Amino acid sequence: MKQESLLQVKGLSVDFSTKAGNVRVLNQLDLHLLPGEALGIVGESGCGKSMTALSIMRLVPVPPGNIATGQILLNGTDVLQLTESEMEDIRGNEISMIFQEPMTSLNPVFTIGTQVSENIRRHQSKNSAQAKEKTLQMLEAVGIPAPKQRINQYPHELSGGMRQRIMIAMALSCQPSVLIADEPTTALDVTIQAQIFELLRQIQAEMGTSVILITHDMSVIAEFADRVAVMYAGRKIEEGLVRDIIDNPRHPYTQGLINCVPVLKTDPGTERVELNEIPGVVPSMAQLGTGCSFAPRCHKAIDRCYEEVPPEVTVGENHCASCWRVGEIA
Amino acid sequence: MKTFLVGLNRTIYSLVLLLAVIVLNFILVHIAPGDAVTAMIGDMGGATPELVAKLRADYGLDQSLFTQLHTHIWKMMRGDFGLSFTHRVPVRDLILDHLPATILLVTTAFFLALITGTILGIIAAQKPKSLVSHVVTVLSLSGFAAPIFWTGLMLLIVFAYLLPLFPASGMKTPGFQGTGLEAIVDVLKHLVLPAITLASVYIAVYSRLARASMLDVLGSDYIRTARSKGLSRRVVVYKHALKNGILPVVTMAGLQFSQLIAGAVVVETVFSWPGIGQLAFNAILRRDHPLLLGILFFSTLMVVVANLITDSSYRILDPRIR
Repeated sequence: MKQESLLQVKGLSVDFSTKAGNVRVLNQLDLHLLPGEALGIVGESGCGKSMTALSIMRLVPVPPGNIATGQILLNGTDVLQLTESEMEDIRGNEISMIFQEPMTSLNPVFTIGTQVSENIRRHQSKNSAQAKEKTLQMLEAVGIPAPKQRINQYPHELSGGMRQRIMIAMALSCQPSVLIADEPTTALDVTIQAQIFELLRQIQAEMGTSVILITHDMSVIAEFADRVAVMYAGRKIEEGLVRDIIDNPRHPYTQGLINCVPVLKTDPGTERVELNEIPGVVPSMAQLGTGCSFAPRCHKAIDRCYEEVPPEVTVGENHCASCWRVGEIA
Repeated sequence: MKTFLVGLNRTIYSLVLLLAVIVLNFILVHIAPGDAVTAMIGDMGGATPELVAKLRADYGLDQSLFTQLHTHIWKMMRGDFGLSFTHRVPVRDLILDHLPATILLVTTAFFLALITGTILGIIAAQKPKSLVSHVVTVLSLSGFAAPIFWTGLMLLIVFAYLLPLFPASGMKTPGFQGTGLEAIVDVLKHLVLPAITLASVYIAVYSRLARASMLDVLGSDYIRTARSKGLSRRVVVYKHALKNGILPVVTMAGLQFSQLIAGAVVVETVFSWPGIGQLAFNAILRRDHPLLLGILFFSTLMVVVANLITDSSYRILDPRIR
């Protein structure tokens, strides 16, 4: 069964002009998001995950940023072709976003109530009483205790977890069809993390919102997403259903990421958890070679990996990977 | 209740500060060589030692410094600032006569600088590399670099002499009989040049500060959040960014209010503005200690009140320090 995509990113390339010259931070990226699904985007810091999110929101700072090629289709409309004011109608209404740092993502000088109802009043013709009513409903929906008191409080009076709930309430207040969550729990305690994901899952089920979850943590993906796209140095290197990727990763980088998830079991010899790592760091985007950008860190790299970028190969149903040795790696 | 307690606390602090300033000013003025009698004798071209001693006794200058200080504080508490040596009228009346002119000049210049500076800063911050931004930088730097009396003289030459748009000196047209609105317009016309002169330095300071602060704020996470809600650039800048970006400007403005009063002395002299600045200038020349101390007291009072106002407006703007 072939479902119609809600959001489709086609051949997206984004450049940034820096002192060192033009740097391509996203390279020929293809993604799609089906109605009601949760798509995970995973990768190390600096691989282009957040840039993908900002491009979809059209919040890439221009200049220095520049969307060089590609299309971002929302229900068939290319949002890259819209005027700024048409785009403003979509932001917070059709597509919403929550950010990594709940501590700094809310404006310190306005009350919670003002900031949530602002989103509602921007997109829905409601008077202030109706908007307040809706704000209270949203705060209740995201599990804020005593919302009537909370709406008059300022962000600094709330904990990190509460602030992230406020962000979620704000983002979902106009029932967007797409919610982009950019590392929504990275700055929070593990217990709060679990609560936030539980909340997102519940809301997703109730409202049918499609979610793009951006994270560096494979275990979060395993827990939350339906499908996953693995990114490295501005490219998608593997994509597939979560269980296929976890059970049968085909790209050495994906395998590395999965191996990095610590298992809570001590080694009898040392009585410590064995931690795995991928040697090396993500290369600077300004210094990418001609071949596969992961090659320098890859223990399976052959000469060809340094010379040509590997094409995307379909390795199973809804599963593709970009690696020259994908046939040998199983 | 908490606000009330904080307010009470600040007021007590301010009163203690005022007292300290009274004592300090008194000591400073008496440490400076020469007193009113020396100045008077200088004017008279010499006098016998008997006359000098008699004059000193008349003015209470023969008593110990401590006794003089004691009397001084006592009198001030009762609102008696003594008799001006040179004008021979109560210091209080003299100051109350001249104070409104200074308050008018200083507050006009203050708000002119604050508003213009902030607006220029916001404009410059939105496109930090644009021509407008550079023009604002150059203008504000020249405003800052030019001595205030020079700015005043240049404005006089251009706008009072070459293009006689505004009166060159004073606060009222001599012999002007109008009342009501006419009188107000007359004063406002006289106010334009001195206020711009006094504001020029501070426009520079505030526009630089507002520009830096707005640039900082515009790059922050909550601005991105505001944009992600679909708010227009205008709402983002003038609502979400401005309320944060103006905080350092308000702090600075409060701190600099005292310098504004110091600047008023120069501007009042250049434009013959009948305020306490001019009065102070003459009091220093004539060693008129009671008058000088009175003026210093009232200036301190103005600064203290201004700081109290800054403090409260900061509380209104920033919920984090409530």
